[in-house]
Amino acid sequence: MNTGRKLTLALAGIAAIGLVAGTAAAEKKYGPGVTDTNIKLGNTNPYSGPAAAYGTIGKAITAYFKKVNKEGGVNGRMIEFISLDDGYSPPKTKEQTRKLVEQEDVLLIFQGLGTPTNSAIHNYMNKKKVPQLFVATGATKWGDPENYPWTMGWQPSYQTEGKLFGAYILENVKDPKIGILFQNDDYGKDYVTGLKAKLGDKAATMIVAEESYEVTDPTINSQIIKLKSSGANVFFNVSTPKFAAQAIKKVRELNWDPLFLNNSVSNTVGSVYKPAGLENSKGIISLQYYMDPTSPETQETEAYKKWKAWMTEYNPDGDLLSSFNVFGYLAAQTMVQVLEQAGDNLTRENIMKEAANLNMEMDMLLPGVTIETSPTDFYPIEKMMPVQFDGERLVSIGEVVSAD
Amino acid sequence: MELFLQQILTGLANGAIYACLALAVVMIYQAIDHFNFAQGEMAMFSTYICWSMIAVGIPYWVAFLLTIVISFAGGVAIERIIFKPIHNAPVLSHIVVFIGLLAIFNSLAGAIWDHTIKVFPSPFPDGSFNGLIGLHEIGMFFVTLILLGAIFCFFRFTRIGMAMQAAAANPDSAELVGIRVGWMLALGWGLAAAIGAVAGMMIAPIVFLDPNMMLGILLYGFAAAIVGGITSPGGAVAGGFLVGIIENLAGTYIPAIGSELKLTVALVLIVTVLLFKPNGLFGKSIVTRV
Amino acid sequence: MTTDVETKVDPRLTSGARINVKWVAVFVILGVLFPFFIDGYTSFQMTLTIIYAIAILGLNLLTGFNGQFSLGHSAFYAIGAYTAAILVYHLDFPVYVTIPIGGVVCFVAGFLFGLPALRLNGLYLALATFALAVAVPQILKSSHLEGLTGGVQGLDIFRPDVPEVLVNTFAMTMDQWWYLISFGIMLLLFWAAWNLINSRSGRAMMAIRDNPIAAQSMGINTSLYKSLTFGVSAFYTGIAGALAAIVIEFVAPDSFTFQLSILLFIGLVVGGTGSIWGAIFGGLFILMVPNIAEEVSTGLSYAVFGVILILVIYVMPSGIVGLVDILKVRLKKKL
Repeated sequence: MNTGRKLTLALAGIAAIGLVAGTAAAEKKYGPGVTDTNIKLGNTNPYSGPAAAYGTIGKAITAYFKKVNKEGGVNGRMIEFISLDDGYSPPKTKEQTRKLVEQEDVLLIFQGLGTPTNSAIHNYMNKKKVPQLFVATGATKWGDPENYPWTMGWQPSYQTEGKLFGAYILENVKDPKIGILFQNDDYGKDYVTGLKAKLGDKAATMIVAEESYEVTDPTINSQIIKLKSSGANVFFNVSTPKFAAQAIKKVRELNWDPLFLNNSVSNTVGSVYKPAGLENSKGIISLQYYMDPTSPETQETEAYKKWKAWMTEYNPDGDLLSSFNVFGYLAAQTMVQVLEQAGDNLTRENIMKEAANLNMEMDMLLPGVTIETSPTDFYPIEKMMPVQFDGERLVSIGEVVSAD
Repeated sequence: MELFLQQILTGLANGAIYACLALAVVMIYQAIDHFNFAQGEMAMFSTYICWSMIAVGIPYWVAFLLTIVISFAGGVAIERIIFKPIHNAPVLSHIVVFIGLLAIFNSLAGAIWDHTIKVFPSPFPDGSFNGLIGLHEIGMFFVTLILLGAIFCFFRFTRIGMAMQAAAANPDSAELVGIRVGWMLALGWGLAAAIGAVAGMMIAPIVFLDPNMMLGILLYGFAAAIVGGITSPGGAVAGGFLVGIIENLAGTYIPAIGSELKLTVALVLIVTVLLFKPNGLFGKSIVTRV
Repeated sequence: MTTDVETKVDPRLTSGARINVKWVAVFVILGVLFPFFIDGYTSFQMTLTIIYAIAILGLNLLTGFNGQFSLGHSAFYAIGAYTAAILVYHLDFPVYVTIPIGGVVCFVAGFLFGLPALRLNGLYLALATFALAVAVPQILKSSHLEGLTGGVQGLDIFRPDVPEVLVNTFAMTMDQWWYLISFGIMLLLFWAAWNLINSRSGRAMMAIRDNPIAAQSMGINTSLYKSLTFGVSAFYTGIAGALAAIVIEFVAPDSFTFQLSILLFIGLVVGGTGSIWGAIFGGLFILMVPNIAEEVSTGLSYAVFGVILILVIYVMPSGIVGLVDILKVRLKKKL
């Protein structure tokens, strides 16, 4: 703690000198954690405990900033990324975030992971006027600039995706009878809410069964059996990779043959369809906004080659099968873009202004998917593409769509 | 009717998962008179060892046997290195050490093998019986029964098995009749780790292998062992099947519960069973002398 | 039949000890002045330590002094926290009032849970309480209660400003104010626990732990005492939960998983079972050591935490208080 404080003091000193020098060159404006050579960003991720799988994202972001720094940083400033472990526990997130904001003096918090964890600091960040940028959760509440001008989401919200699935069903299925499997938390429930919103009045008749599971459930076999016996002809699967793979296996084992809709969270060849059996997974329809690194058609692209080169050089321990490594790669690029746009005006206000002024495409995003924000639109990614798994690769079955 | 039958069979299949681990729980209880909270993570770790061996090309059954041997040795080592020095510490302190072990194994597995789910091969053929129950589940059912038989024979018919029970039940008297209590403890740890390894290798093909694979299962394993009677291997297996079936039926046929409160209901039922049969359904009641 | 808890109790406690006024005064003065010399974040951390200490003391009353093993105290912590949050959020109660209410609700819950738990011993009780810890987050997010609890999204609580007088005279911040409130509550509860332990009831509690059958034959109503102890223990933990909800300004089911129970249990053992002031060390331990483990290695923080736990038990099998007692004895011998 002591060295940290000394460092802060030293940095503050440098910042002061920077400010003096800055007045000469004019326009250099720095918020906390910024100097002529350095930008301090904070983050919380679950590196331990039951949600530790998500920690991959934090590691990927760290690795991406390493690349940025090696290539000269952002406008000549190195990114100092302080990522702390919160174990997915909201009280711990609050503690760690306060440490980052009040002791480490970070410019902003970037890509904090999880809905309950980010909820715990939502009010704090907005009261303190510290940017809570591009949170790694798909809840809907992160895009509310009127009440929470300091918080912004990143990925398509779960509700948006639920709506897109609803639209797909309405367009493509005659007389749908929908059975839903969902994880019993914010993530699962938001998907269901989105789907119901799109189906409107018909939701009550169309949805014939809803089954939830807990992350501690050993298997979801019992739920799948119930869904099958409900007579559903559409199976909407809202589960994380492990349970999705189990679900696919069980559905086929039961000789059940519904239209299989799989949420994007588990739409990955290498860590879901392959473990569940490629033959079993044939015909599954899903939505996508970034490329699946495990899919053969991705691996032929330039974008993938660049991504892989970055992985091998900066994130060698990372798993090439994990789509979290793409997620972190893309999110980190968005952050860099904001910092670049902000130039030498690195105040917290200006960061939020630039974050709300994005219009960009990125390498591993699907063609047509863009990151767009405005002062009234705090949802950066809203477009997705429907894809179908053909037993080997994910094939596009339609244009990129957005919920509105 | 088909739904009912299927839920029963799936309950049995899940029950086999719980029963398998419950056997390891019973084994360690026979040896140290307590639960080992790191049991699940140890089994998970063993399964990863087997997975690594298969990944480098070692045939399944060779890897299977090697894993059992390694796990046994690992269990013995843990007892000798970690628990022997704190033998006289209070029981609560032991539990803290269990928790420490749990954290270590879980964290190490995540660091070594990362968190992407892995496919673990099954020794049984693919497919299912009439779409009702998977062939692996049936195979696992029999493996559980074989394990149960082996454990039963071990405790009932071998000198060493009886010596182990004596060492756990009454260490001082056991010492007096010439049983080396310290090594009996180590043996118990080794056997429990080996049984856990078998359980892990049987469970992993169903739930997929990842570092948190055992998180929920261990809880059910404890529940199964306690409902059945912690002193009785047969009871533990019966308890496992019972918990599996009750959980599924309650989730299916009691609308207010649904899947949402399935776990809660299972736990309430377990506590209720304990209230009426405090030593479990098949446990020996202990007579206390003052 | 032996219970699962074998602890040596400080003989001073059983024979009507006296509070060492000098040391307590020093502790109180230092504790009150402390927040004025540290930054806001550190006071916040210290407040959390105090809250954990209160919860651990609650657990200690049950496990350390009454021999009932619980892995379910996160449930009572959650009930206390949600009581406070719901009262403030839905019914606009003043936050200060919700703290004792949280405690009382937990007392009732604990007492009721203690009744069936009477039939369970050792391991069985551990499993039953653990089941409670696992079930509570699930119940909190159940769709039946969503309107009340906010479901998985949780509830926000807003704290009122620091009383103006204090701001004007001491320039007191929110963090300092709530530190002092928590510290005050902790002192009160520790004093109450001390009195309880040294009373007739306290001796009955300990007699039940050491030999339940003998205690019963001496005419102690073991059932009543055990249930009441459960209630009192839950009361302490509930107060801690309510305080935590207010200080963190947020509750969600994920804040109260069984891992919290395990942490509290670790705090209990590391601090010292059967010791009142050990709870403070326990609170410090469970707040600080995970952070230290993280600084050693982010990826392996759990493993480092596990190693530290095992080492701590090696060095001090009976917790920090146990170690201090041993050192004291050695020191005396040398003198």
